Amino acid sequence: METRGVRIFMRVTSVLVLAFLYVPLAVIFLYAFNSTVGQKWPPSALTTHWFGVAWRNTEVREALFTSVRAALGATVIALGLGSLAAFAVHRFKFFGREALSFVLVLPIALPGIITGLALNSAISSSGLSFSLLTIIVGHATFCVVVVYNNVIARLRRTPGSLVEASMDLGADGWQTFRYVIWPNLATALVAGGLLAFALSFDEVVVTIFTAGPQITLPIWIFNNLLRPTRLPQVNVVAMVVVLASFVPVYLAVRLTREPAPGRFPAEVVPKPQEQLAVASAAV
Amino acid sequence: MARPTPDTEQRTPPPERARLQAAVRLEGVHKRFGDVTAVDGVTLDVRQGEFFSMLGPSGSGKTTCLRMIAGFETPTSGTVLLLGRDVTRLAPYDRDVNTVFQDYALFPHMTVGQNVEYGLRVKGVAPEERRGRAAEALRMVRLEGFERRKPSQLSGGQRQRVALARALVNQPAVVLLDEPLGALDLKLRQQMQIELKAIQQRIGLTFIYVTHDQEEALTMSDRLAVMNAGRIEQVGTPAEVYEKPSTGFVAGFVGVSNTLSGDAAREVTGSSATITVRPEKIRMLERDERPGDGECSVTGHVRDVVYLGANTRYTVDLDPGGELVVLQQNLARSSMEALEVRGKRVRLAWDRLHSRTLARSEEGTGPPGPGEEGT
Ligand SMILES: Nc1ncnc2c1ncn2[C@@H]1O[C@H](COP(=O)(O)OP(=O)(O)O)[C@@H](O)[C@H]1O
Ligand SMILES: [Mg+2]
Repeated sequence: METRGVRIFMRVTSVLVLAFLYVPLAVIFLYAFNSTVGQKWPPSALTTHWFGVAWRNTEVREALFTSVRAALGATVIALGLGSLAAFAVHRFKFFGREALSFVLVLPIALPGIITGLALNSAISSSGLSFSLLTIIVGHATFCVVVVYNNVIARLRRTPGSLVEASMDLGADGWQTFRYVIWPNLATALVAGGLLAFALSFDEVVVTIFTAGPQITLPIWIFNNLLRPTRLPQVNVVAMVVVLASFVPVYLAVRLTREPAPGRFPAEVVPKPQEQLAVASAAV
Repeated sequence: MARPTPDTEQRTPPPERARLQAAVRLEGVHKRFGDVTAVDGVTLDVRQGEFFSMLGPSGSGKTTCLRMIAGFETPTSGTVLLLGRDVTRLAPYDRDVNTVFQDYALFPHMTVGQNVEYGLRVKGVAPEERRGRAAEALRMVRLEGFERRKPSQLSGGQRQRVALARALVNQPAVVLLDEPLGALDLKLRQQMQIELKAIQQRIGLTFIYVTHDQEEALTMSDRLAVMNAGRIEQVGTPAEVYEKPSTGFVAGFVGVSNTLSGDAAREVTGSSATITVRPEKIRMLERDERPGDGECSVTGHVRDVVYLGANTRYTVDLDPGGELVVLQQNLARSSMEALEVRGKRVRLAWDRLHSRTLARSEEGTGPPGPGEEGT
């Protein structure tokens, strides 16, 4: 039984926890628009001045591009390896299947500093030079798992009889993949890719151990945190990093949300013209 | 050239036999999964245009047979022929067979129209033609105008019909149905039984229908095979299987098991061979009535009476041992009168023609009572 007191207590704690998580973020967002260099509460006036300053700062711009390139590279690798691994684990029974599944998921639980250290010594002893490529490989180690998890969850939720039905109706392996498997997997892949991008984009620890002279946005923040004159730009960059991580995660959550069973969502009924477009596009 | 072996002769029949060609022929088909023998030597002919059922308890190998015809499983040994052609090792997409799956297996990301068109689309039929044929197939299952719905917007019965339309639209040589009504409630199931049979008769395609429900198999089929433990016990028309069960298993699984063996059989027939008789063929004699010519009879006392509305079911313990279930129509009898018979001594009689002697080797087969089987 849930008494009134308990209910109030739960609400208050929920609000407190959420406030603890999000108020500092809101403060950073607010300071990004602060007109003075020093941080004084409350901000006396608001301005978008610092966005221009940050954008004109070549160091920041370079860092942004490095971050985007690293995240894109890690995402591509994660999509390839993650989905192939998911297919293999789902489809075939082979020796070490459970072990492979575990090994793929493990990096997300490993402390970044361990992963970073291990990668660092592996890279230096192999004679490779630290570069954007090593950042990408480093990030890919923990990005693979999110794609893998998304894809395998979707594969497990897709009844095997769909593939059989497709073959039964005359579709060969390729047609079955194109018309049945792919459309069912696409949103899971996109969601996995978005999460991988977000994970890579705000990564600090592994980046420190795998980067050469390159600087990513989070590293730039880290380097400039203690320089008072840079503080407004740091706030701007922080806001960009937060948004660049939040938006993909939000989209990924939307894409993998299951439609409520038994509900007839209005948006799934295509209008007549759309229907024709879908049918002809599918030819 | 060497003389063809009998085996190859069967696989490539001469043209004059083509008209009488079986739609599906299984020849000595076995299927083992590791230690489990799912299908244990099935030989079977399904004629063109017939509604053929495979009836048997859960685990008797019905689905496995169907999957070997569809091409999802390859027999461990034996041959599958489709219209005389050996398809044993062909992939599902190279066989002119379509399946209605128990879970319907509709593609969730496609509309009803796209689902039904799918088979035509992958075969490269032009969009105009396939839209027309899909609409026609949907009309056949009374779902005209549902093209734009998504499967998630349909009821169970409607999904069932879409799955059927999706198979029918391809005009396959054989339509396979694996317990397609299993997920529906009783009322809808009975309605769909009639509808399914009517559609099959109208279009004249060959249907192979798997079910564990004996009533369903008897109502719908032109012929049926009763399966048990991976083997076929009997093949015949519903009347043959019901009235002349060839084994104890069939007698028990199809309808109520009424078997007499040992002393009871000897008293009735003079031989100890096991006999079987259907409950509704047995009369309960009036007090002074003598059994007629050509009737056999036995005495006992009524242990149990169940009033079923139109009928009453009596369970009678026989004096020589064993029991018989008797089903009587309540023509002029009220429930009170029916229930009064409980505990009374009675004499039972039936026409000799209605009792069948079971093959000796089958006597030991303990048939599960109907209703025991799962899905
Ligand atoms: N893929 C499989 N792997 C292992 N055993 C199987 C498989 N398919 C069926 N079987 C076994 O084969 C037997 C027959 O199964 P099935 O053909 O599904 O029977 P039915 O459809 O009559 O219920 C069962 O004992 C079942 O457990
Ligand atoms: Mg089955």
